[in-house]
Amino acid sequence: MIERAIGAPEMALVVAVPLLAACAILLVRRRTAVLGMVASLAIAALAGCLIWRIAQEGPQRMNLGGWSAPLGITLYADGLSGWMLGTTALIALFVSVYGSGYFHRNQPATQFGGTANFFWPLWMFLWAALNALILSADVFNIYVALELLGLSSVALVTLSQAAPAVSAAVRYLLVSLIGSLSYLMGTAFLYAGAGTLGFKELASILHPESFSFAALALMSTGLCMKSALFPLHFWLPPAHENAPAPVSAALSALVVKASFFVMLRLWFSVFDRVVTEEAAMVPGILGAAAVIAGSVQALSAQRLKQLVAYSTVAQVGYLFMVFPLGVLNPSSWTAVGGALYLVSAHACAKAAAFMVAGNVLRAYGHDRIEDLRGVVQQMPVSMFAFAVAGVSLIGLPPSGGFIAKWLLLTAALEGPEWGFAAVIVAGGLLATAYIFRVFSRSFRNVTDLGDFKKIPARMEWSALTLSLCSMLLGLTATHVLEFMQAGTPLIRVAMMEAGP
Amino acid sequence: MTFDNALPLLILLTSLAGGSIIFLIPEHRRGTRTALNMAAALTKLFLTAILVWGVQHDHVYETRLQFLPGIDLLLDADALSVLLVSLSSVLWLVTTVYAIAYLEHAPQSRSRFFGFFSLCVSSTIGIALAGNLVTFLLFYEMLTLSTYPLVVHRGTEESMRAGKIYLAYTMGGGSLFLFAVVWLSVVVGPLEFTEGGMLGRFAGQHASELRVIFFMLVAGLGVKAALVPLHGWLPRAMVAPAPVSALLHAVAVVKAGAFGIVRVIYDIYGVRLASELQLLQPLAVVASFTIIYGSLCAIRQDNLKKRLAYSTVSQVSYIALGASILGPLAAVGGVVHLVHQGLMKITLFFCAGNLAESLGIHEISRMAGVGRRLPATMAAFTLGALGMIGAPPMAGFISKWYIGLGALSAGAEWVIWVLVASTALNAAYFLPILHTIWFKEPAEDLSDKTGHARGRLEIHWMLLVPTVLTALLALLCGLLGDAPFSPLEWSRLIVDREFGQ
Amino acid sequence: MEPSDLYGSVGIALFALGIYGATALGQFMRQVLALNVAGTGVFMFLIAIAHRAGTPVPDPVPHAMVLTGIVVAVSATAFILVLIGRLRDLSGSSSAQDDRDD
Repeated sequence: MIERAIGAPEMALVVAVPLLAACAILLVRRRTAVLGMVASLAIAALAGCLIWRIAQEGPQRMNLGGWSAPLGITLYADGLSGWMLGTTALIALFVSVYGSGYFHRNQPATQFGGTANFFWPLWMFLWAALNALILSADVFNIYVALELLGLSSVALVTLSQAAPAVSAAVRYLLVSLIGSLSYLMGTAFLYAGAGTLGFKELASILHPESFSFAALALMSTGLCMKSALFPLHFWLPPAHENAPAPVSAALSALVVKASFFVMLRLWFSVFDRVVTEEAAMVPGILGAAAVIAGSVQALSAQRLKQLVAYSTVAQVGYLFMVFPLGVLNPSSWTAVGGALYLVSAHACAKAAAFMVAGNVLRAYGHDRIEDLRGVVQQMPVSMFAFAVAGVSLIGLPPSGGFIAKWLLLTAALEGPEWGFAAVIVAGGLLATAYIFRVFSRSFRNVTDLGDFKKIPARMEWSALTLSLCSMLLGLTATHVLEFMQAGTPLIRVAMMEAGP
Repeated sequence: MTFDNALPLLILLTSLAGGSIIFLIPEHRRGTRTALNMAAALTKLFLTAILVWGVQHDHVYETRLQFLPGIDLLLDADALSVLLVSLSSVLWLVTTVYAIAYLEHAPQSRSRFFGFFSLCVSSTIGIALAGNLVTFLLFYEMLTLSTYPLVVHRGTEESMRAGKIYLAYTMGGGSLFLFAVVWLSVVVGPLEFTEGGMLGRFAGQHASELRVIFFMLVAGLGVKAALVPLHGWLPRAMVAPAPVSALLHAVAVVKAGAFGIVRVIYDIYGVRLASELQLLQPLAVVASFTIIYGSLCAIRQDNLKKRLAYSTVSQVSYIALGASILGPLAAVGGVVHLVHQGLMKITLFFCAGNLAESLGIHEISRMAGVGRRLPATMAAFTLGALGMIGAPPMAGFISKWYIGLGALSAGAEWVIWVLVASTALNAAYFLPILHTIWFKEPAEDLSDKTGHARGRLEIHWMLLVPTVLTALLALLCGLLGDAPFSPLEWSRLIVDREFGQ
Repeated sequence: MEPSDLYGSVGIALFALGIYGATALGQFMRQVLALNVAGTGVFMFLIAIAHRAGTPVPDPVPHAMVLTGIVVAVSATAFILVLIGRLRDLSGSSSAQDDRDD
């Protein structure tokens, strides 16, 4: 577990390459899809190399430009970041594949026609922001990454160019900015009280004092807004529903998880001595409410994308239950492992679900659930992908969603926190109801099949691959959980000081 | 991996792989599909025979895969697994033949049907071979997922409604089961099935938790096992085609639930602990209530399949009843009824299917004089019905006899009354049917209503042979109970190993 | 009271006012303005903590944070104003209302 002084070049490249690609594509403006795909493959390969390196050598640390903190930017990659980076790379790669099919230049100049040229640069910026956020080792760099993430996400939402999309984008941007500002104020408080911004340094300095409580509250509020935690979730369904399908996939799968990831790091290592069980109950209870509220609203959704968006609200709720479950438990890994597993499994399944919704919309011109007919006959691959993704979202074995549910439920029953355990189980039942609402339509007898437009094969196959990945996650749990713990990222600082 | 380690997995894979490939076969390629179906079924039967022989000779067959930290996916074959595996393999072969002919003229996709059909059997095999509660849970939920498409196969409004109710019940039960399994693993650690139970040493500090967990497990399993009041999905699921009803009611879903209850009592808690914690008495009461209630509901049904459904509700609880009476004799009766009820019930459903397919008859009131038109089918029906009533020499008699003896030796005389009442009720709803079939004048035109080619037989041979075959097997199980490898002998083996601990 | 304490407190107050305005006000334009007020509050606070009693030279780190923050605030404000303008064009001549429909 030696942290090398120079650090792996992949860490810097995995942020630099998408930034450069974005600028290049903006300038070149031709063959954008090809450039975008090449860049995506390169970034995914870099992420893979970094993960390999972490698995072999342990955590990696790098000071950009050789300048050390507090003025320089430090990048840090342990098992946890490696895993998030890998998940991001996998999903992003297939979103790129899907996007290259969705934003086809041969399409007539409809609302999507000229926008391919803007999709790729913005998408690269978003990916750069995600990677920067995952690898950051100080709180201010996270702020910068969060802002870049927010701006590029909002810009991507507006690609639909219709009034509902722009209206949703304005709301999204407002919420994002309020959240970032709150986070920034928290950072300012931290610096005022502790005099440093790096994670490692803060973890050893922070104690329960008024400024740390204030900082924690401000930063958490900002991050919860960005993750669409109930009741601050109102911006998410319109935004994800009205964005183009590849954008919705990326937003639901990756962007909302990024702020959750930051909050995880903050609560369990930086603010470790500051957090209390009572404080942890707040996100936990809101998360439980999110599970129920999101699922109920998904049940009454009229359109497929709307249903999938509300499902995201519900699944994010599960994630926030990790705070009370992890804080109560000294080793924290059952709950945290479960939450991280859910991040990845949900990312794969949700991206696949949005891709299928996009396929349906592109093929039939609408995605009203009541009027879905003949999907199985004409798009069997998509329907199968949706079924497999649904299994993971419900949390049935042997999917990744089941592993997550098992771990979270175990953590809840170790407490024992009966309320959270009941919500976890109830959430699965509600998810069954709304998934089968869509899925049962494929078994109905159909007489006329409606208008159907053929869609590029890669759009269907990227959905299928991602949904199968969520299944594959279910079968490799022991290896994944072992990898995540490289560098022992979340051993509570207080425990470490107490000694053996 | 040695052959011994791979065998459980291979048996599972024959239908899993077969099913996955069948999905991809184009609809019109009947020959390919039939060939694949039959090949997979026969391979499975062959491998099962090896398994039976091996377990008899105390071979250890175990497949272990890492799943969660500290918990493995475990497939292992003990005597009880082998009972259900062999039942599933034999009946899968038979039902496949039946279904191929039955669905000949139906418009819905046959590739889809046989694909899910194979997945359903794989799930049942998985449940039978599961070596710990987590593996059991995995295949239990997979069973729910693979049977849903079969229930809604016809795609009508009624089918979809039945499917929704089915899903609500089974997913609810599954959630309860999951909760209980996680809770149990938190309290005691990994949960591998061990003959004689493995919770004995935890009884001290955790008694009340273990009690609650037991009832949650049984409730979760009881949905599929159709214990009252969790049985509501079963009669409604009759809207599915006859091969589905036959499979669901003889082999897959109900048996999975009952099998699970036996496993929990014998191999998790152990009979002695269960009786110490006073868990068995309430279960026996619920089972008895189900037996009576199911039969009472059955009397009121005119639709043949619905009457058979309620009969299943009633009969499957014999298994739970036998398992919940402390004593080896009753246990033998309960365990062997897994097989006996399966054979008898599948015969009855095949007959119902034949009636519906060839004559368009669904109601008992219209079955007058059918015995002349479909003599072999109705003879099989008679054998099945007599077995349900418990008349010797049918197999049903043996199960009831053992349960009764066991109840006497355990001092639970009230169970005898339950058995007597149940026998009387069974007679009350089966004997009138027999009378109608054989002794009444046909009231309507009994000519062929469907296009099944039948040659000189009363009905297509692929619909006739399975029916007669299962009826004869039920008869043989009754006549040759003492033969080696009979279900009865096997049940005695299982119970010896369990009570011997 | 030290000047930096005064500036710091005013900064916090502006931040609180701005956030309140951004969440409670009904129209997009006003929310944008409130957001800028809040941002200014944060920057004031940061500048205040750069001047701590006892050090002759101000701390450069908060200055760097403020500069970054200003850049972000300006670009974000520009972006949101364009979006509001586009929304007004697309949805007709009525002013952009924030009709929250939870």
